[in-house]
Amino acid sequence: MLLWNHYPLIWTLKKAHAMPIHIAQRLIDSACQVILGKEHAVRLALSCLLARGHLLIEDLPGVGKTTLAHLLARLLGLQFQRIQFTSDLLPADILGVSVFDQRDGQFRFHPGPIFAQLVLADEINRATPKAQSALLEAMEERQISAEGQTWPLPSPFFVIATQNPSEQIGTFPLPESQLDRFLMCISLGYPSPEAERALLAGDDRRDLLARLPAELQPGELDTLLAAVRAIHVAPRLLDYLQALLTHSRESADFSSGLSPRAGLALLAASRAWALLAGRDHVLPEDVQAVLPAVAGHRLRTGSSGALSAEQLSRRLLEAVPLP
Amino acid sequence: MVRPDMTKPSLRPDQTGWLIAAAGLSLAPHASHLPLAISALCLLLLLWRGLLNHRGAPLPSRSLLLLIVAVMASLVLLEFRHFFGKDPGIALLAGLLSLKLLETRSPRDGRAVLLLSFFMQLGQFLYQQHMGIAALALMGTLAAVGAMLALQGRPEPVGQRIRVAGTLVLQGLPLMVVLFVLFPRVPGPLWGLPADAFNRSTGLSDTMTPGDIAHLSESGAIAFRAAFQGASPPPPAERYWRGPVLSRFDGRSWHQGPTTRLSKPAYTPQGPAHSYILTLEPHNQRWLLALDFPASAPERIHTDNFQLLAREPVRERVRLALVSYPQTPVGLQERTVTLSEALTLPPTGNPRTRALGERLRTQVTRPEDIPDHLITFFRQSRLTYTLSPQALGEDDVDSFLFDTRQGFCEHFAGAFVFALRAAGVPARVVTGYQGGELNPVDGTLVVRQSDAHAWTEVWLEGRGWVRIDPTAAAAPRRLEDGLAAALGGEGRIPLLARGDLVWLKALRNQFDALNNRWNQWVLGYNQGRQQEMMAWLGLHQAGWQELAALMSGALGLVMAVLAGWILRNRHKIDPIDRSWLTFCRRLSALGFPRQSWEGPIEYTRRVSTLRADLADPVLAIGTGYALLRYGQNPADHALLHRFHQSVKRFRPR
Repeated sequence: MLLWNHYPLIWTLKKAHAMPIHIAQRLIDSACQVILGKEHAVRLALSCLLARGHLLIEDLPGVGKTTLAHLLARLLGLQFQRIQFTSDLLPADILGVSVFDQRDGQFRFHPGPIFAQLVLADEINRATPKAQSALLEAMEERQISAEGQTWPLPSPFFVIATQNPSEQIGTFPLPESQLDRFLMCISLGYPSPEAERALLAGDDRRDLLARLPAELQPGELDTLLAAVRAIHVAPRLLDYLQALLTHSRESADFSSGLSPRAGLALLAASRAWALLAGRDHVLPEDVQAVLPAVAGHRLRTGSSGALSAEQLSRRLLEAVPLP
Repeated sequence: MVRPDMTKPSLRPDQTGWLIAAAGLSLAPHASHLPLAISALCLLLLLWRGLLNHRGAPLPSRSLLLLIVAVMASLVLLEFRHFFGKDPGIALLAGLLSLKLLETRSPRDGRAVLLLSFFMQLGQFLYQQHMGIAALALMGTLAAVGAMLALQGRPEPVGQRIRVAGTLVLQGLPLMVVLFVLFPRVPGPLWGLPADAFNRSTGLSDTMTPGDIAHLSESGAIAFRAAFQGASPPPPAERYWRGPVLSRFDGRSWHQGPTTRLSKPAYTPQGPAHSYILTLEPHNQRWLLALDFPASAPERIHTDNFQLLAREPVRERVRLALVSYPQTPVGLQERTVTLSEALTLPPTGNPRTRALGERLRTQVTRPEDIPDHLITFFRQSRLTYTLSPQALGEDDVDSFLFDTRQGFCEHFAGAFVFALRAAGVPARVVTGYQGGELNPVDGTLVVRQSDAHAWTEVWLEGRGWVRIDPTAAAAPRRLEDGLAAALGGEGRIPLLARGDLVWLKALRNQFDALNNRWNQWVLGYNQGRQQEMMAWLGLHQAGWQELAALMSGALGLVMAVLAGWILRNRHKIDPIDRSWLTFCRRLSALGFPRQSWEGPIEYTRRVSTLRADLADPVLAIGTGYALLRYGQNPADHALLHRFHQSVKRFRPR
């Protein structure tokens, strides 16, 4: 029986892969010191970035959305910019503007705040659709076109957008096609009583963040990203993934099924989740763990009435059996 | 003791939906014969249940249901006056099935609904047995099997469920074929059907009043089919299919006279013969409608007026092999009783026709010329052949011949015989069918109710009974080309008997040929056919014991083949999965079933927190399975061996 007990360590014992798991564990530990009692959400957010996806955080104001974004930038050691979206924000305020230079008599492009490795688009649904689409185009293309020239965005390039629930006043909800560009949509929720107590009793989060050293050494992020891609996916797991996609398309519970892009997103996020769990292969449990975050904002409820993203994902999971 | 919550249904909405659909599909075909009030009530109850299901509303209270039962029972009582027999029984069952849905809360209730649904599908065959009914029953069965699946499993898209149900039904097909072919048949119906089972047959009757046959002609229903073997059938004008012979007239209607039953025909068949297979639809009478004049046949009764009768009323479709000799002279030496009856007229009435007869008797010297003179008279009177003649006056015959001059074949035949009798020539009315249509698809001659006809027979010294068809005097095309041609553009003939819709005719011919095969091979598969089939299989004189043994053997064989197929598919499960499923089954027996979507790590972790004493082996097996199934190195032999061993040794209590 001994063989089984050290199963979770098998991977760590393999010399070549020893690095990524330690890095990942370190990241999670640091993050949990700042964001209290939200390990699951932190893991999801990290998985999203490690799967090279953009993240949407949807929640009430004041539950720590912005803090989480700051924290991730800090942990991953990324160059950070924040854009506060307001109703009078113009595309040029995001992308940059060409200004006539008196000295050499030419227009010169002044890059906007989007030229950063990690951009926090705060309260994205308060801006007009015009400003939103400027950002979303940049997310998709990973470059900016202005004055007939293209300007590549830095690499890696991540967007973390936050939005308030769309029922709140003064919001322009993102259309489905643009929601689809975000690999995950997560929410934080209120903290547990113990976490809240620790929050109230402890230091100011901003001070903590400021004191937090950049966790990743140069090059370590690339190692992690490469490790995610190397995570093994068994044919059996692809079967399961396809069964989920097929069911979402055929079942009467959903008005529209998951797109092929959603399938790719689900696979990438599951790989990242498996890496964070310290495994070199994806299990169905990994898919199930990330499914609500990846599929929740892409599924539309069918005949069965209004259901939350969580309930919809649950329904999808429970409808597809595993052998 | 905790009382279960009675108001909250434990069936899912999709399961209830399937039950409603199954019940609806089983009940719908009954609408054709159920009393309108009962059909409407059933529809209302089903819609109500559907609405409640849609809204997730609670089911009605028991007292309300009891009230509806009382209403329904009184509706049945009002309609039938009693609760016994087939019709009230089916009506009650239909209502109760709809009501049962309104108190269906658990899967157990659902199974009761399904049982009733299946029974209602059988019930359809008590009324009709044609192909359409079989198709409807098949649809109902499919829905009911789908509902059974819904009761067992998770919600699934409708299309997928129907596919699975269809597969199940198809898998049942071999069993059905074996039971159908080999189940020992008994002669006649399997059980005694109540008398009201036969009250719907249409066809000729043993009396004829003006308007009867015209009424019958509006029906496109098939009376019988004749398949001529080897040769082509006789020309249309010679196709007289003999039914009841009517020799008594009471001034208004024609009736059968007394007949003597003979075991052999009262004539010696002569001339060319036609042999054919007659497939007679049930008409609840004894006459067999043979082509004139059939040779001796075993088990049949001949009469002295040349009819062919069955021993019992024809209550199910019969197949008869017959040989007829159309040119046989009949009745050369007729008894005086018969002849005097063929001359009898009622004491009063129809004075003008009597005068006409009297005139013929005095003016024509030879009695055998009288019919020809009368035909000439008919022609000269310009009588019109029509399905809807004007109303006749007090004296039917006079009124037809001299006033309205419009009539259908029964007017012509009746008036002709009346006039001949008045002229002193023995004559009688013969009813039956004339003509029929050849189906080019399978070469059978199809005779419909619209081919019903009446003609006459006249007795002439030295020639015996001679057939004369007075209708030919007015409408010669009736004999050659059928009813439609004779009536021209008249609208009341059945759609299918009309001549102008060629494509419709072609379609109908195809359908008729198919239907004929259905009748011959499915409905007509009786004891005789079964014996033929057994003989073909090399089993002569098979009794029911042999059949039963053969049937059990064949059923066993089919089961074995199906079981083998299932087992073979089972072996396709890969050994790792098989061990895993064994492991899951053992934990399930302990009270920890795996949810169908639960992954190995999550499941074993859950179980190990609930049963700390089993944590080690359970976690080990779970991680082993996960590694083998999803890991980088699925062919790790040491791991595989270890995994199988662990599962084998895992026998928790």
